[in-house]
Amino acid sequence: MPEKKKRSFNFPGSTSILASLISIGIGLIFGLILLIVLNPSAAGGAFVSLVTTGFRSSDKFAKVLYQAAPLVMTGLSVGFAFKTGLFNIGASGQYTVGAAAALIGAIQFQLPWYVCLLLALVGGAFWGIFPGLFKALFNVNEVITSIMFNWIGMFAVNLTINNLPMMLAKYWGGAQMDRTANLAQANPNALIPRLGLDTLMHSNYMNTGIFIAIVFAIIAWVILSKTTFGYELKACGFNRNASLYAGISAKRNIVLSMVISGAFAGVGGGLYYLAGNGQYTLVKQLLTAGFNGIPVALLASSNPIGIIFSALFVSYIQVGGDAMQPDFVKEIIDIIISVIIYLAAFALLTRELLTRRQMLRQEEENSAADALPAASEEKDEVSQS
Amino acid sequence: MKILADIISATILFAVPLLLVALGGMFSERSGVINIALEGIMIIGALCSCLFLRALDDSGFGPMHPQLSMLYAILVAAGSGALFALLLAFASVNLKADQTIGGTALNMFAPAFAIVLTWAIQGQGQTTILIPTWSRITQETLGIVEKDTFLQNLVFKSFYQTTLWSIVLLLIAVVVLYRTRFGLRLRSCGEHPQAADSVGINVYRMRYAGVGISGFLGGIGGLAYTLAAGSAFQSTVAGYGFLALAVMIFGNWKPWNILAASLFFALFKILGSYSGSIPFLPKFENIKASEYIYLMLPYIVTMIVLVLTSKKSRAPKSEGIPYDKGRR
Repeated sequence: MPEKKKRSFNFPGSTSILASLISIGIGLIFGLILLIVLNPSAAGGAFVSLVTTGFRSSDKFAKVLYQAAPLVMTGLSVGFAFKTGLFNIGASGQYTVGAAAALIGAIQFQLPWYVCLLLALVGGAFWGIFPGLFKALFNVNEVITSIMFNWIGMFAVNLTINNLPMMLAKYWGGAQMDRTANLAQANPNALIPRLGLDTLMHSNYMNTGIFIAIVFAIIAWVILSKTTFGYELKACGFNRNASLYAGISAKRNIVLSMVISGAFAGVGGGLYYLAGNGQYTLVKQLLTAGFNGIPVALLASSNPIGIIFSALFVSYIQVGGDAMQPDFVKEIIDIIISVIIYLAAFALLTRELLTRRQMLRQEEENSAADALPAASEEKDEVSQS
Repeated sequence: MKILADIISATILFAVPLLLVALGGMFSERSGVINIALEGIMIIGALCSCLFLRALDDSGFGPMHPQLSMLYAILVAAGSGALFALLLAFASVNLKADQTIGGTALNMFAPAFAIVLTWAIQGQGQTTILIPTWSRITQETLGIVEKDTFLQNLVFKSFYQTTLWSIVLLLIAVVVLYRTRFGLRLRSCGEHPQAADSVGINVYRMRYAGVGISGFLGGIGGLAYTLAAGSAFQSTVAGYGFLALAVMIFGNWKPWNILAASLFFALFKILGSYSGSIPFLPKFENIKASEYIYLMLPYIVTMIVLVLTSKKSRAPKSEGIPYDKGRR
């Protein structure tokens, strides 16, 4: 019996990993074909650099880790909401507000990095309240609220930063008008600690951000799989009416789930900008970093631990994509990722077929087992008479 | 008065893509498929029609017959949008996948594909496709003497065929949705597909039709957005697909309400960008970069209206749920 139990427990996980790997393989082959169609002579070299650049040098690998950290967080944000039946398309806004909170803490108030990261978490969580509250209290679809608050958040952040003169690079002697100060100049204490890893990896991109992100992924996994609270959240997502019947407050859970989801995205913004390699630029466009969490979450079927790997993968081929330039435009990576996600739809189908077959087989076994004692009883009856 | 004419004409110009795309979303959702992919569909429609316009411009056909060429371009936009949307239909109807997955994949694919294709066609680094100047309907086109009156400023400041077609398509949409057998069947598939199936309606085909129509309208909307946004296609529609989704919900999945919602949203958006030149608006002189306050306005006002009208809001009951014949 224990053997059987173990098998059925492992089954969904291993097939979804296999399905994801197959999708990735097909996506990469599609990318290769696209490269050959576009420019046959350069295609081979470009594909090799796409697939190997991330591991080619420690600097490139550090860049993979550096870019993966915010991706893990936005992936967690989207994935956590998915698990609880909500579609958080507002990770972009939460990411932006989180980033701004961290940067204001770092530059305007000269706070150390861990306080700034906490501010990022609070900022993101604060921005996640709105879609949650609007859904719970007024039954407004969370997708529309998230979209609206993406824009409101971005404009509000730009307005705020413009009105805090210390925030801008110009105040610290920088040349550009349109971005926040370089952290290394403004407040080196706010940089995420590198613990000597940057010299070890010979890369300016290396910091402990990825480890912080992994810790958050584990926290998300523990909340979802090991706590009653997480179970309630998932139950609400699975069937709101049934969970209401079971005495779970759906309204409270919607708000909480969006707050947690927003907090993850906010930390993502904090991790990216506190790394010190990028400065927040004041443009009237939504940050794509928040939207990139959607494919990361989908690729991992919203599993928090899986999200670590899918974020690493996406970041890895993004670094590879940069190396394909100037022969090829790096957006080919987005095409590959979109193909992979589209194939995830096929993967769902095959997985469902496999699970159904497994269930059928089990049912057959069970009915056979049921039938056996019944037959023997019959035999007994016959022999008695 | 000139500024008023400018504001009204700009409002209409930006309301057109929202209206078309939101109507598209409505058809898709009324058939039971949530169409997150509107953004991607718009980009593909805009990409194909802009490439087509450019080709017509190069061949000399465009300048000779400008409005006929525009009509063809609109058809190209509609056709390419519909074809692209079929990918979503396949994933969400045949494969019964989560509809956000297919939609997200298409949204990611479209802008990347647009950039890759424009690079491949126009050469390295050239990602913009210029729209020929003859695409606009001017007083000259119609043979009217140019005057600087209020009405002529209003109509001809930025007048494109897409504006006319959006009105026609809105009327067609109303008739199709409420006055035809097809419309009734489509709506039934979004509300209770099992019941629809039980009376012999092919739910899969209806959902394909719904998504196809949304691609048709979304593609035209993409062209309309590109015309409104400036003189060139730049592989993006700046989130208008998502805004249209919001407008559709705001318009409560009903065509006339969607028209009102798109005009309302566009008006506030235009007020935001004209805020500097409208005399009666407060200027917030002690705040730097105060234009951001006005830029936030359409989104905040929409949220307030949504809260006030949320009691009446009703989404199609079965949207987002893949139809499974075996389920009860």
